[in-house]
Amino acid sequence: MKHTISVLVENHAGVLSRVSGLFSRRGFNIDSLAVGETNDPTLSRITIVADGDEHTAQQLEKQLNKLVDTVKVRTFSPDELLTRELQLIKVSAAPNQRSEIMTICEIMNAKIIDMTTNTLTVEICDSPVHLHRMHDLLEGYGIKEIVRTGVIAIQKGSATIK
Amino acid sequence: MIRAAKAMVRCLEKEGIKVVFGYPGAAICPFYDELYSSDIKHVLVRHEANAGHAASGAARITGKPAVCIATSGPGATNLLTAIATAYADSIPLICITGQVSTDQIGCDVFQEVDITGAAEPFVKYSYLIKDAKRLPEIFREAFYLAGTGRKGPVLIDVPVDVQNEMIDFSYPEEVKMRTYKPTVKGNPVQIKKICEAIEASEKPLICAGGGVFLADAKDELLKFAEKSGVPAVSTMMGLSLFPSDHPIYLGMLGMHGVKSANRAVNECDTMILIGARVGDRAVRSPSFLSQSKQIIHIDIDPAEIGKNIPVDIPLVGDCKSILAEMSEKITERDRSEWLNEVRAIKNDIAINEETEGFINPKAFLRKLSDRMPADTICVADVGQNQIWCCNNYAFKESGRFLTTGGMGTMGYSVPCAVGAKMAAPEREVVAVCGDGSFQMQMMELATIMQEKIAVKIIIMRNNKLGMVRELQTNGYGDRQIAVALDGSPDFVALAKAYGIESDRVTTMAEAEEKIEKLAASDKPYLLECNVYKLESTL
Ligand SMILES: Cc1ncc(C[n+]2csc(CCOP(=O)(O)OP(=O)(O)O)c2C)c(N)n1
Ligand SMILES: [Mg+2]
Repeated sequence: MKHTISVLVENHAGVLSRVSGLFSRRGFNIDSLAVGETNDPTLSRITIVADGDEHTAQQLEKQLNKLVDTVKVRTFSPDELLTRELQLIKVSAAPNQRSEIMTICEIMNAKIIDMTTNTLTVEICDSPVHLHRMHDLLEGYGIKEIVRTGVIAIQKGSATIK
Repeated sequence: MIRAAKAMVRCLEKEGIKVVFGYPGAAICPFYDELYSSDIKHVLVRHEANAGHAASGAARITGKPAVCIATSGPGATNLLTAIATAYADSIPLICITGQVSTDQIGCDVFQEVDITGAAEPFVKYSYLIKDAKRLPEIFREAFYLAGTGRKGPVLIDVPVDVQNEMIDFSYPEEVKMRTYKPTVKGNPVQIKKICEAIEASEKPLICAGGGVFLADAKDELLKFAEKSGVPAVSTMMGLSLFPSDHPIYLGMLGMHGVKSANRAVNECDTMILIGARVGDRAVRSPSFLSQSKQIIHIDIDPAEIGKNIPVDIPLVGDCKSILAEMSEKITERDRSEWLNEVRAIKNDIAINEETEGFINPKAFLRKLSDRMPADTICVADVGQNQIWCCNNYAFKESGRFLTTGGMGTMGYSVPCAVGAKMAAPEREVVAVCGDGSFQMQMMELATIMQEKIAVKIIIMRNNKLGMVRELQTNGYGDRQIAVALDGSPDFVALAKAYGIESDRVTTMAEAEEKIEKLAASDKPYLLECNVYKLESTL
């Protein structure tokens, strides 16, 4: 099962390596990890998507909490969250395939941000499910490269992590 | 304004540090230069790992963080084993390392190593000080972190140029950390629930670990066990919490434990784990236990609860106050029926017929504990010698056992004994080690002589890495490889070369007389015991 964990940590040197070191050391499998400064510049927020059973998720939360730099850890269930990931996808596109791909992008709410004679580069920012569907749609043309930011998540409604 | 190096010394003085263990080098010279004019005593060990082990011994006896020091690069990496050892046993250490100058960090200059990076998996926290102004605050924080919550080693890496900067010194009164708030008070609802569960249970059993020592809760534990009538076993790290002959105490559990303790673990219906982390050497199949028993787990570290064993009633907090509260709440009860059931199991530790020219280590250690003063600190190394000690040295109420349970680091006992003796000069300190492990620490004989530290060293000489030999005999068709210690020196002569009194014992008939000589000496003393090479661990 996939778990999404939000962690607030002190925004200083060495913190990210402590967090990532913890994962490898404890044998946790991480799908993605995204990190950035928050509205309070002394804090960073890390969003982790991890795979594992209930016990693993609990241990992950406890071990993260145990790190001295950790301010707060929250594990969310999918229906509490709005999730987004930004991806840049370079796809093969012969001139006669361009308009098809453009239609897909339009429907899928993606943007074409670069083009050569035989490639298109697509920017898409959406939920993991939607992105998955986009991959399926582009697969047939030949995906040459994907760069992704990792999932970030925020609670629905007015609730905040603090 | 003062030099930051002086501020480092002042911080240690403010923390009440009287003795430090270390080894100098260029990158830590400014600090040593300031130590020159301080009253803090510096003990020059002969290998940095031993600075860490000695600090560990001191910390375990005082209950407060102790300090070890090394230079950058090789000095710092030599310290790593001791840091990892302390981490595994939750021992509060402040490890200070010199570092190359800040403008050179990352350039792979002479004796540069990323020690905070290397030590990261086994420190509670670490600092690389880049801003000298933050130094007092960092030292204050480091001591606070090391000595509170689940204790552990904290590393402070100080570049040599930072040590030479001038700063305004004031030592912070309090620590302000928004991220670190160890839970100390146990939840009263859970405490009540635990007491009720124990009262409702027919065959409860206490399993006490090293956490009880770390919380300074030995007296509270004893009081609770006596009032509730609940029998107790201990882990290796929990040895000497109970006097060995206490009526409710059943001995050490686990792989190398005694029958009565392991039988009690199997037979009980409720297990109360206190400051014990259910390590694999103590409990081999935790899932088996949790299926048939109610598990109560009390620990200061929330991450330990549920990590190795599923728990029915968890309780996070400091076990000193928790046990005191539990003692108040619990009804007095006589559980002699259950106690007698497990007491009836005899711990027939095989004491072999005497072999010509050898002492029996098990019988010898019993005799040793009979003779030594009640409050003796007994430090065991790693290997067969350690297990012989665990199961045969009889601890009295004021006695103390020290060993490394988590890492099992050979070479721990002598430096640990040095630190323990520095912390408690009025107490006898005996280090028991093997002939293999002794050779990982024998350079400390020089430290002992230099500082006139009257520790007593007992070497169980079986000319083998005995524990591994036994494993090869039992598990690998007795194909013995790399376990013979044939090149070892005459340890009695070696000690004499350092000017240390020494003797050898080769038969049980002379054991008492030889022990008497060791016990009567007020100087460092080394006793080599000839042990038959095939002597069994249990
Ligand atoms: C630093 C280190 N290296 C290796 C080991 C593995 N090991 C565990 S017990 C043991 C044998 C110890 O031999 P000795 O000190 O002579 O004790 P004995 O078992 O013979 O009493 C070894 C090699 C260890 N625990 N620590
Ligand atoms: Mg040996």
